Amino acid sequence: MSAALRILAALAAGFTFGLGLALSGMLDPARVRGFLDVAGAWDPSLIFVLGGAVTVSGLGYLLSRRLAGPVLDARFDLPTRRRIDAPLLLGAALFGIGWGLSGFCPGPAVAALSTGAIPVLVFVVAMLIGMALHGLLPTAAAGSPRGVSPPA
Amino acid sequence: MSTYLPSLAGGLLIGLSAAMLLLLNGRIAGISGLVAGLGRPAGTRWLADAAFLFGLVLGPPAFALLAGHWPEMRIAAALPVLALAGLLVGFGTRLGSGCTSGHGVCGLARLSPRSIAAVLVFLATGMLTVAAARVLA
Repeated sequence: MSAALRILAALAAGFTFGLGLALSGMLDPARVRGFLDVAGAWDPSLIFVLGGAVTVSGLGYLLSRRLAGPVLDARFDLPTRRRIDAPLLLGAALFGIGWGLSGFCPGPAVAALSTGAIPVLVFVVAMLIGMALHGLLPTAAAGSPRGVSPPA
Repeated sequence: MSTYLPSLAGGLLIGLSAAMLLLLNGRIAGISGLVAGLGRPAGTRWLADAAFLFGLVLGPPAFALLAGHWPEMRIAAALPVLALAGLLVGFGTRLGSGCTSGHGVCGLARLSPRSIAAVLVFLATGMLTVAAARVLA
């Protein structure tokens, strides 16, 4: 019962996310690259996307701290690692380069699959290959999954 | 400006989605992590993650139905550049444990030091990449 509700809740949350992305302008790589173009014709409007999203997400997080667990599951599954290490920084740096080159990050790219546009498909397939390549790293296999790792 | 209001409203919806997934299912709405998790089928969690991503894909067509037009999507990059970018985004988000949603929307909201560091780094390299592309163009 609650398993079915969890799947339904995830579907509703994903739909809300996709609707928000479509409304926000994040599906438009030209807008995103304009936001990153601080040295040129900078378009600051996407700050409002992040600002609005972090505000509501933060309220949700504050509320979650007052609850013993989520409504439909046993416990909150939050990242436990604290250390700012080299993989985090190198990974973020590589992601930023790809984001700047294309104007796509994973959420908008996956949502934009619904448009059926070939360039989106090319990006997403390459993204999946990049993820699979990371999975081949010996360190990736040894690393603990999120939420289960011991505190660093 | 007329673009700020839809951006803010869209951002509020994205934040609502993250709050829903956390409060209802106890999960972080990190898209790169959810996508990567699809490769490891495992019970209800896998079904819930797949349902989230399915809902995500339904978002733009629903917007098109409501608004009467598809959201704007101008892709300037050539296909080989998009392929390279996709590889970097896929590999980088796994190595760095998250993307704009997991580190940005969720991590910043939790004031996670790792996420704050990641967001500063990917914003910096994203801005440098666009600046470099501008110089080279």
